[in-house]
Amino acid sequence: MSGKTIAEKILGSHSISGEEVKANDIVFANIDLIMSHFGTAKVVLDFQKIRPPKKRKVFDPNKIVILFDHYNPAPTEKWAGVHDLIRKFVKNQGITNFYDIREGICHQVLPEKGHINPGMLIIGGDSHTTTYGAFNAASCGVGNTDLFYAYVTGKLWFRVPSSIKFEINGRLPYNVMSKDLIIKIAGDYTSEVGIYKSIEFTGETMESLSIPSRMTMSNFALELGAKFAFGIPDQKVLEWLKEKTNKSLELIKPDDNAIYERIYEIEVDDLEPQVSCPHTIDNVKPVSEVAGIKLNQAFLGSCTNGRFEDLEIAAKILDGKKIHPDVRMIITPASQEIWLKTAKSGIAEKLINAGAIITNPNCGACFGGHGGLLAPSEKCISSSNRNFQGRMGSNSAEIYLGSPATVAASALKGEISDPREY
Amino acid sequence: MTIIGKRTTKEFKEIINGKIWLFPDNVDTDAISPGQYLDDLNATLKHTCETLIKEFPTEVKDGDIIVAGRNFGCGSSRETAPTILQEKGIIAVIAESFARIFYRSSIARGFPVIEAENISKQFQTGDNIELNIPNAEIKNLNTGEVFNGKKIHPLLLKILKKNGLIEILLSELREDA
Repeated sequence: MSGKTIAEKILGSHSISGEEVKANDIVFANIDLIMSHFGTAKVVLDFQKIRPPKKRKVFDPNKIVILFDHYNPAPTEKWAGVHDLIRKFVKNQGITNFYDIREGICHQVLPEKGHINPGMLIIGGDSHTTTYGAFNAASCGVGNTDLFYAYVTGKLWFRVPSSIKFEINGRLPYNVMSKDLIIKIAGDYTSEVGIYKSIEFTGETMESLSIPSRMTMSNFALELGAKFAFGIPDQKVLEWLKEKTNKSLELIKPDDNAIYERIYEIEVDDLEPQVSCPHTIDNVKPVSEVAGIKLNQAFLGSCTNGRFEDLEIAAKILDGKKIHPDVRMIITPASQEIWLKTAKSGIAEKLINAGAIITNPNCGACFGGHGGLLAPSEKCISSSNRNFQGRMGSNSAEIYLGSPATVAASALKGEISDPREY
Repeated sequence: MTIIGKRTTKEFKEIINGKIWLFPDNVDTDAISPGQYLDDLNATLKHTCETLIKEFPTEVKDGDIIVAGRNFGCGSSRETAPTILQEKGIIAVIAESFARIFYRSSIARGFPVIEAENISKQFQTGDNIELNIPNAEIKNLNTGEVFNGKKIHPLLLKILKKNGLIEILLSELREDA
C-alpha cells in the first residue's frame, strides 16, 4: 500500500466520514480554525438572512479568529463602518480571539499569538492563508460564501489535492533570500505549477532557513496556485511555537512511500537575486538583467516580507547611508510585535535616518487600498507578492517584486540594484 | 460598505446559451475587482476587466459567457471577483484552468464554471455558444462544432443546482427550525 502525503494525512484525520482519503477524493471535513478580516462584513450580512434569528450562531466562538489588517486605521468613513459592523458581531457572538486595528497582518499575528499548530486544518478569508503551511498546518484561503458556511457549520468540502515536492539543496549566497528562491521557482515553473496542488518544500536549504524565511515561501506559494504549502516539519517549527503556546505539539510528516505527482530538484548555491517583472509574478529575471530601471517607490512590508529579519537586512544595507532622493521608501512591519522589536533593537532608527517612512502594521500599499499608491507611469520595487497591473494604484504603474535586500539596495540607488554589492 | 451584489444568483439551468467574450491566460482578481474600489460597487462595475479588454465594462450584456485561457481568477480570495462578473450579467465562465479560490467561490455562489482543455483556441469574442453544464458540453452555434470540457463533480453540481451554498444552508436551518 502506498503511503500518504501531509495533505492526505491531515484531510484524512479531519474527514467527517472517518474514511481514509487519497488525492482527488472530495471530502467534507471538520475545520479547526477559521480566520477572517474585513471580509467578515459579508459574513455578518449573510448571518442576518438566517431565519429564525435565534439560529444566528457561529459553530464555535473559540475556533474563530477575526482581525483587522487591510484598512488600519480606517482610511475612509466607509471602512470605519465596516469595522464597526464587525466589532458588534464579534461582541454578539462572544468571539474571544479578536484583534482590532492594532496588531497587524493576519498571517503574522495568528502564528505569533499561538493560534497555529501542526496538523490543523485551517481556512481563512484571505488567499495567503497558505502561509501557515510553514507551521505544518493544512491551510488555505476561501471566499466569503464558503466562510459563511463554515462559520455556521464548522465544516466545508475539500478536494484532496495531489502533492508535488520541491527538494531544495545548497546554501543561499550572501544577501540572497528565500524570496529569491521562491521567485526563481515561479519563473522556472510558472504561476500554474501548483494549481489545486499541495506543495511540500524539503531539502537541506529548507532545513537551514529560519521560520520567517519559510513563511515567505509558503506565503508566495499561493501565487503558484497552491492549495497548501508545507514547509519542512522539523524541530525548528516546534521550538518557534513552544514560546507561543502551551498545547502539546505533534508534527505530521509524509510517509516515505507517499505518492507525489512530481518532484522538482533545485540547487541554490549559485542563485542570483530574482525579480518578478510587470505584470505577472512568473515574468522573472535575474536582478542583473533589470538593474538600472529607475524607481519612484520602494515598499518593504506585507505578509510575504514584513518580518523582523526582513527589516533587519534592509537596515544593514541602509545603515549610515541615504535613500535616493527620487525614491519614497515605505516600510510596514507585519505586526506590532515586529514593530516594537524594530524600535527596541535600534533598527528603526537606522531606517528612519536613511530616509524611510515606517507605518503602523497593516496590509497597506501591497493591495492598493491605501498607504502608498502609485501615480500613472510610476515604478515601484516591492517585497510583497503581487505585481498585477493596477494592483498598487494606476493601471500604467509598474511593480517589480524582489527580496527585502533587493528593495533596500534599490531604494538606495534609486534604481533596481543588486543587494550582493552591500 | 464592502461590495455586495444587487442581483441574486440566477436560477440554475442545465443548458444555457450566450455570446462569448474571449479572455487571455492568468486573468487576475485585481483586473476583475481592483483593490482601489473594494468598497464601491459602481466604480467596480465601471472598471472591471478594463485593463484586459477596454470595452468589456461598457459592452458586456446580460447572458454573455466568458471563455478564457489558463489560471482564470488567480490572486486574491476576494469574492467580489465572481460577484462582479455575475453583476455584469455573465452567466458562466469556461476556462482551461481556474485558480482554486475563484473556482470554489463560484461554485459556492451558484455561478457555473467549466474547465475545458485548449478551449480558448476554439473561440473568438462574439461567437455564440450553447453550454450543457452537467455534460460539460460546449457547442459553437456558428459552426456546430462541439467541445467537451471536464464534468463537474456531482457534489459540486448539486451545489450549483441548488443555487449555491447560502441557499442550501439557509434552507437547512429553516427546515429543522
